[in-house]
Amino acid sequence: MSQLNLHLKVWRQNAGQPGHFQDIEAPEIPDHASFLEMMDIINERLIAKGQEPVAFDHDCREGICGMCSMQINGVPHGPEKATTTCQLHMRKFRTGDTIWVEPFRAKAFPVIKDLVVNRGAFDRIQQAGGFVTVRTGAPQDANALPIGKEVADAAMDAAACIGCGACVAACKNASAMLFVSAKAGQLNLLPQGQPEKDRRTLGMVRQMDKEGFGNCTNQYECEAACPKEISVRWITKLNRDYAVAAVKDAFGNTRKEAGGGD
Amino acid sequence: MSLNSNIPSGPMAMKWSKHKQDSKLINPKNKRKFTILVVGSGLAGSSAAATLSELGYKVKCFCFQDSPRRAHSIAAQGGINAAKNYQNDGDSVHRLFYDTVKGGDFRARESNVHRLAEVSVSIIDQCVAQGVPFAREYGGMMANRSFGGAQVSRTFYARGQTGQQLLLGAYSALNKEIAAGGVQMFPRTEMLDVVTVDGHAKGIVTRDLVTGKIESHAGDAVLLCTGGYGNVFYLSTNAMGCNVTATWRAHRKGALFANPCYTQIHPTCIPVSGEYQSKLTLMSESLRNDGRIWVPKNAADVGKPAAQIPEADRDYFLERKYPSFGNLAPRDISSRAAKEACDAGLGVGPGGRGVYLDFAEAIGQFGQKTIAERYGNLFAMYEKITGENGYKQPMRIYPAVHYTMGGLWVDYNLMSNLPGLHVLGEANFSDHGANRLGASALMQGLADGYFVIPTTIANYLVHQKPGSVTTEHPEFKKAVEVCTAQTKQFLNNKGKRSVDSFHRELGLLVWDKCGMARDKAGLTEALKRIPEMREEFKTNVVVPGSGNACNPELEKAGRVADFMEFGELLCLDALNREESCGGHFRTEHQYPDGEAKRDDENFSYAAAWEYTGDFSKPTLNKEPLIFEEVHLAVRSYK
Ligand SMILES: Cc1cc2nc3c(=O)[nH]c(=O)nc-3n(C[C@H](O)[C@H](O)[C@H](O)COP(=O)(O)OP(=O)(O)OC[C@H]3O[C@@H](n4cnc5c(N)ncnc54)[C@H](O)[C@@H]3O)c2cc1C
Ligand code: SF4
Ligand code: FES
Repeated sequence: MSQLNLHLKVWRQNAGQPGHFQDIEAPEIPDHASFLEMMDIINERLIAKGQEPVAFDHDCREGICGMCSMQINGVPHGPEKATTTCQLHMRKFRTGDTIWVEPFRAKAFPVIKDLVVNRGAFDRIQQAGGFVTVRTGAPQDANALPIGKEVADAAMDAAACIGCGACVAACKNASAMLFVSAKAGQLNLLPQGQPEKDRRTLGMVRQMDKEGFGNCTNQYECEAACPKEISVRWITKLNRDYAVAAVKDAFGNTRKEAGGGD
Repeated sequence: MSLNSNIPSGPMAMKWSKHKQDSKLINPKNKRKFTILVVGSGLAGSSAAATLSELGYKVKCFCFQDSPRRAHSIAAQGGINAAKNYQNDGDSVHRLFYDTVKGGDFRARESNVHRLAEVSVSIIDQCVAQGVPFAREYGGMMANRSFGGAQVSRTFYARGQTGQQLLLGAYSALNKEIAAGGVQMFPRTEMLDVVTVDGHAKGIVTRDLVTGKIESHAGDAVLLCTGGYGNVFYLSTNAMGCNVTATWRAHRKGALFANPCYTQIHPTCIPVSGEYQSKLTLMSESLRNDGRIWVPKNAADVGKPAAQIPEADRDYFLERKYPSFGNLAPRDISSRAAKEACDAGLGVGPGGRGVYLDFAEAIGQFGQKTIAERYGNLFAMYEKITGENGYKQPMRIYPAVHYTMGGLWVDYNLMSNLPGLHVLGEANFSDHGANRLGASALMQGLADGYFVIPTTIANYLVHQKPGSVTTEHPEFKKAVEVCTAQTKQFLNNKGKRSVDSFHRELGLLVWDKCGMARDKAGLTEALKRIPEMREEFKTNVVVPGSGNACNPELEKAGRVADFMEFGELLCLDALNREESCGGHFRTEHQYPDGEAKRDDENFSYAAAWEYTGDFSKPTLNKEPLIFEEVHLAVRSYK
């Protein structure tokens, strides 16, 4: 194991106030440590000096909960492909490197403190239709609904999204289309999701717009930053589903459907 | 205290049906008047909150992460069991029930386990209806695999992300109810205390992790679905925020804590690489289907590259000790065997705490491509963390704390001894005895939340006047004051040591003395050290920052303070249980060949500990375990 001497430029900010970069020297960082463990080490050192440690979001530290969210050298989750910040290891850096550490930047993700942002907008988009309306206890036997392996696998590809928001942070328009298209796409593809497909599509897209995410102009930075390699093909599918739903809506169909649910 | 487990009478297979028949019903109009506080949004909490709201109850749900979807259930990889017998390989409700009781080393409550096996079947149907993308066969039917040494294929899975997919299903049900107005969700909100009024749980105290505001919520019943306490060991496969706070504070308010010493160690984790290590990563134990586990026979070889150690000088210790199960021996047995090898100085890698998991033979037989198809994501994960290529050299693995079977004591209705306080999922003690089988925790969380509590909660609520207590009650004010004072005390402390440094010290101690193997001398020593550590923590911890804002150090301080208290109960329980069973191995109690030796005559009970005001002197209450269906036997895997 070897050690790295690094220069960090870390974003510090309190909610509602302007932020700034703080220079933090980070000598003797073990190259086996993960990026978040490096942050733990510098926080321990800040505490020892009587300073306030850097606040950042994290929980599982194994790339699945979607809680960690740093922008490292300008890239959400850092330079390594298909890797969350918590899974990025220091051996990917060189001694002497300067590393810029910022929060995910987007109007719809306001900073709570330092590197911690509020991604509540994602939950609200899901509440606007990201479900199948089925009561507990009502369903038929699982095998009574055969689903071809190809369809099941494709739905699983979309379902792999961990809701981290890197796609938004990577996009110059701060668009949430990759996330929304993965979430809507999973259910719109499966037979269980068909009855509410139009309603779901319109609900989620409209909520997305309401939350202040930007428009998708097909830059595809999102796909490159996504730790779960969600494909931009889902965006194409969502656009298609949306076009169909919007036309029906214009003729009043979906609204009638939506009103008939009670 | 006399413990009434409220087990329904009648034959085992009929108990749950009978109980459902006998359970009270609440008039739909009245349901709306009841408020239920659900703490936790993992599989147990989300499924309970969504289902109770569907039934018409008003629900408030809390979690400390920024979204309910991030609860630690998300991290489960392997799968979920259900007695569907889709493979026609002889599975049945009875067999799943039997396997779970035996796997738990005959320390679980039979009636609860039977119910779990019964409802397992409906869980899968429910999840499919929600759109959970389970693995399918070409014909469109559900795919299954055998897991954790089970002799039938009853495990359902969704790639290596079963937990995430099941949780996203439950989260979608929760979202549906949030949208419908039945559930009010409080993310980034930590529960700090239970409020009791006349002995009943009627509310909670919370801290808003964004603004720092400490406030209280009143309800007609409280459900704790707050997960396990594995992080008492500091290093574990749990997420960083997993804690004992909710259950421990409830314990201090009178709820009994049962079997804390039953902790599960998972054999296939990536070993510790240095002192900065913050958590351990689990690799699915399905790796053991094709990987062979070994250490060098001679201590002189441990530093050599694996390739330079000839076949004859390797000890495939699981295959040698357990010829019929070999590398698939149960988790506790495999873990202990790895520890023994390392204790004998034969461990490999940094610090000598690792054993090899070798795929060379499987690659030779099936080709690297096949092995990559089976486990590619795990090899990639291993390489990310260690920088080593598992195809070219054997992986190194070591056991790590993974799951906690102990938890708050509950009766058949999932209610603790504190009326109104219900406990679901990993937070309770009931279904896994002394050892949990793979793919059974997800099953239990969803069973409790979707199918059990929606029926059984009425048995409590029917006797309550809805909304009878509000946060104006003096008990609420008092509880808020206590929590506010603790926060202030942390922030005003002029100490020198960080919260993490204490947590790490505690973790090392309990791992050493109360980990994979325990003995009287070690436990006694830990019991002396923990109160000293707690004292030092009180005076010497430093918590920077403010109480009126997002402050992760402050959150950690509260959690570690509780671990410091809880750690003592963990060791006391381990000291009291003078036998070896499941995840609890007392070196004094073993057969000559090193196998765990149970003492059914004296220890066939659940140990339910009662807080007395002195952490060192809790009162032990015993719930005798009566086995009507399953014959007690030595759990042999030879
Ligand atoms: C790496 C890993 C892999 C696993 N794989 C499998 C598997 O393949 N199959 C299987 O069956 N089991 C598996 N398990 C076990 C299983 O995942 C867990 O036991 C189960 O998911 C626990 O669910 P839960 O709902 O009880 O708790 P959790 O999912 O842990 O949820 C706890 C909830 O409580 C909240 N909470 C906790 N404390 C507080 C507080 N003080 N205030 C407010 N909210 C609080 C949290 O925010 C969270 O929402 C695995 C476990 C791990 C660690
Ligand atoms: S699409 Fe990818 S980047 Fe966007 S939230 Fe999902 S996992 Fe994260
Ligand atoms: S901390 Fe969970 S994905 Fe990074």
